[in-house]
Amino acid sequence: MSDSLSVLLSKRDGRRKIVNQLLLGALFLAALSAVAPLVNIFIFVIRKGAPALTWEFLTSLPQPVGEAGGGMGNAILGTIILVSLASAIGVPLGVAAGVYMAEYSYSKLSRWLRFGVDLLTSVPSIIVGLFAYAMVVLPMKRFSAHAGGFALAVIMIPTVARTTEELLKLVPTHLREAGLALGIPRWKVTLQVTLRTAWGGIMTGIMLALARAAGETAPLLITALNNKFWPKSLDQPISSVPVQIYTYAISPFEEWHQQAWAGAFLLVALVFALNLTTRLLMSRTPVSKD
Amino acid sequence: MAQSSIRRIDVHFGDRVFQLVLRLGSVLVLLLIGGIVLQLVQLALPTIKQFGLGFLVSSDWDPVNDQYGALPFIYGTLVSSAVALVLACPVAVGAALFLNEVATSRVAKPIAFLIEMLAAIPSVVYGLWGIFVLAPWLRVHLQPWLGEKLGFLPLFQGPPFGVGMLCAGVVLAIMIIPTIAAISREVFRAVPQAHREAALGLGATRWETIWLAVFRTSLPGVIGAVILGLGRALGETMAVTMVIGNRPEVSASLFAPAQTMASVIANEYPEASGELHIAALASVGLALFLVSVVINGLARWIVWRMARNQGGAR
Repeated sequence: MSDSLSVLLSKRDGRRKIVNQLLLGALFLAALSAVAPLVNIFIFVIRKGAPALTWEFLTSLPQPVGEAGGGMGNAILGTIILVSLASAIGVPLGVAAGVYMAEYSYSKLSRWLRFGVDLLTSVPSIIVGLFAYAMVVLPMKRFSAHAGGFALAVIMIPTVARTTEELLKLVPTHLREAGLALGIPRWKVTLQVTLRTAWGGIMTGIMLALARAAGETAPLLITALNNKFWPKSLDQPISSVPVQIYTYAISPFEEWHQQAWAGAFLLVALVFALNLTTRLLMSRTPVSKD
Repeated sequence: MAQSSIRRIDVHFGDRVFQLVLRLGSVLVLLLIGGIVLQLVQLALPTIKQFGLGFLVSSDWDPVNDQYGALPFIYGTLVSSAVALVLACPVAVGAALFLNEVATSRVAKPIAFLIEMLAAIPSVVYGLWGIFVLAPWLRVHLQPWLGEKLGFLPLFQGPPFGVGMLCAGVVLAIMIIPTIAAISREVFRAVPQAHREAALGLGATRWETIWLAVFRTSLPGVIGAVILGLGRALGETMAVTMVIGNRPEVSASLFAPAQTMASVIANEYPEASGELHIAALASVGLALFLVSVVINGLARWIVWRMARNQGGAR
């Protein structure tokens, strides 16, 4: 009896061991298949994009169909202009909201603000585009860099606000108290002690938000539109790298596809480099550790 | 004496100004939300007046004759997101479990970084990759195979185009994996270490520990993570626009081209000229906005409640 029981038990345990091995293996496979698409995208972006990434590509205007050469110079400049416009509006507002949420965290406005920032994060970017269209394009009666910059700013704000809030909360309370105990007014403590301590982290957060904004396409499609020439004025339509990639990708021309891949290489390299540096910096600064 | 009282007033003055500036910024940010709702409603008003709620259930989308119904797009959004969830959930949750429970931190860190990178890649790059790499592969390899083996299901019938609902679903799945994986990891991390030790102490295998002590107890949080992923899939625009084929039709087959609420806006808005056409697209936008907000709110509420309960149990 005890013999057959032990046989039964060992049989069951054997099965449990096999199930254990199989399913742990399945978890490993899941992790692998989550990474596989990224690797595949990298391979194609590098293989197809890198050869087309020439000096001419970076500095010249797009050529008409059928003519070789040409580039995305105007689109690269356009993206830089759009992102600068966006950060001119988005960074101050986002940082202000973030500081308010962290330093006056128990006020009623702060609670509403946290809710609002969450809402804003969940708004799809194309909807932000519609909003910018209604706010800027309709009154000005034309697609423009202003409208595009405004849309990107709205997209940046919740990210910047959240990062600022989270990093300020990591600053130890006793630093603030020490400042206040010395008789320094609260605003000076916030600006020169709290914000300064967290500034490195907040900057990297802002850089990541900028990188994200630089890759946004949908809202620009209905606000900044596109332009074949160098940007001349902010109240004109302006080209940008993502919109140019989109335009080239859905065209039927082989040369344009190549240009699209080169543009994609540019964007991916930017995003990857920024993320990697952030990661390396973050693992060193003590403030970011929780 | 007089001087010191002036300085005191100055101090409070500075604080008041500082707080006022911060408040102003904060109120502006809050006003953005109100502004978005207001502007969308205003843009959409002509369609709301003309079609009412019937707009949401009519499948007639004909800009030439000014007839508009949003059903094909609602259907497209729902189905493409559903495909994405079916594909992404097991991969993302499995990966999260592997990273948190199985892998050592030397293995987990780089893998976690790569998965996070998936979220950072611009969606237009996904679209490009979808058009030139994924769609041809689907057309030549996967779709004929699916049609042969599972062709008795209406899901897998019809000619393989490559681009279409299935392609959009696969791209969306890749794009929402990082969201689901990241939130799931947070939820798993909230499980007290003592629960794992208790399971192991009772003689459970590692898998049984993961399943019983970690996964089962944090299931509500995982569901929250999945709903957050859904929220991201619903609103994704560019990648979907580039690979879904852009045809406003309701078709049972995943091989057929379709269109989503977000993709129709990106696809038609830049060229829309009729007032009613613009209004109809804005109405689609309004509906998408409401759905995204509700879905995200629900997910956040679930995750937040979960985290609070776990915090209490610790």
